[in-house]
Amino acid sequence: MSENDSAAEKSWLTLFNVVAGIIVIIGLIITVLRFTGGLATVTNLSDYNPWGIWIGFDLLVGVALAAGGYVTSAAVYIFGMKRYHSAVRPAILTGFLGYALVVLALHYDVGRPWRLPYPFIVQQGTTSVLFEVAACVALYLTVLFIEFSPAAMEWLGIRKARNIVVKLTLVLTIFGVVLSTLHQSSLGALFLIAPSKLHPLWYSPFLPVYFFVTSIIAGLSMVIFESTLSSRFFKNKMDEVHLKEKNDVTLGFGKAASFVLAGYFIIKVFGISAGNNWHYLGTGYGAWYLLELLGFVALPCFLYAIGVRDKNLSLIKWTSVLAVLGIIVNRFNVCLIAFNWHLPSSKRYLPHWLEIGISIFIVTLGIIAFRFIVTRMPILYNHPNYEDTH
Amino acid sequence: MEGIYYTLHDFLLHAESITYLLIVLALIGITAFWWFLAENDDD
Repeated sequence: MSENDSAAEKSWLTLFNVVAGIIVIIGLIITVLRFTGGLATVTNLSDYNPWGIWIGFDLLVGVALAAGGYVTSAAVYIFGMKRYHSAVRPAILTGFLGYALVVLALHYDVGRPWRLPYPFIVQQGTTSVLFEVAACVALYLTVLFIEFSPAAMEWLGIRKARNIVVKLTLVLTIFGVVLSTLHQSSLGALFLIAPSKLHPLWYSPFLPVYFFVTSIIAGLSMVIFESTLSSRFFKNKMDEVHLKEKNDVTLGFGKAASFVLAGYFIIKVFGISAGNNWHYLGTGYGAWYLLELLGFVALPCFLYAIGVRDKNLSLIKWTSVLAVLGIIVNRFNVCLIAFNWHLPSSKRYLPHWLEIGISIFIVTLGIIAFRFIVTRMPILYNHPNYEDTH
Repeated sequence: MEGIYYTLHDFLLHAESITYLLIVLALIGITAFWWFLAENDDD
């Protein structure tokens, strides 16, 4: 066996490939179980708890964390912050994969995938907030695909089509911001229908505003987090421009995230005050609420601010992890923990391990796709044939 | 201490009075926070 052959053989047996391969195989087995045996085979969902982690995590968290695409492209193309241009493609790719996986996860929850377009082509539920979310997600996924396509076309050498799409950048960005504003807030509006089920500390008429503002925080933090991981694992793929600009992106986005977190903290306090819910803060749920508000909103806000003032990049990067965790905690609280809070513990929802398995499977698919694309297409570098046309 | 409200007006007067006071504090607070955040800016 020649040296090249053994090197090629060795390259397939990396730790990443083995772990990802095992997860994908297990995920496929659970997929067969779900679509042959139904929801009851693989989930703990019930009439009391029809939404579990496939909605709470895969959809609500997934959509929030995929907000980096519209946040970054709005900053660069609408607000003219060209110094963050190198962050656009990785953010768009993360957003595109995030939304694609949200739609994939929805298939597991809803079932009968061939019926997914029914709300659009058979029976339009135009009075439903969920219809609006579905329409926006479908349209925004299309927008993200078009925004991402120039990178794929540069890789494939399709110059003409690529140049046409690049000319549409501003229109697509505006369209993306409008659609994101609509559906990010509407995901919060879904819970307005259940004031008696959601704990008063989390229920608020401002829920759509909370969801929209937290999506901005999630987007900014995810760009910092993703940029940190990319510069660690794909440094060899990054060109000089990307390596030079990544610190500016971390500082600039950290500053923005800190300010938005401060604003979010304030409107959350307004929410308690407007509902006169102060007395709930002394209960067990109140302690959990305060932990969310102080530990996952006020603390990252403060740490981002210190990091930006001291130009401490490492602190900002670690804070982005805390902020992302905060978004996960918030969505879990609204959708799962503070939802049905009045039910006895025997009727409360705890995810089945196979549900968690599917969520891990879907996240793994995202990481595999991201890795595949970043190692092949010009995401973290400018393609040499298109240097001047960005 | 949780008060007893006999009318919606009583409730809203109480809740909104506190909220308006908090708005004033928030406006001062967010301005101070921006100064704190941007103090060491180069540009």
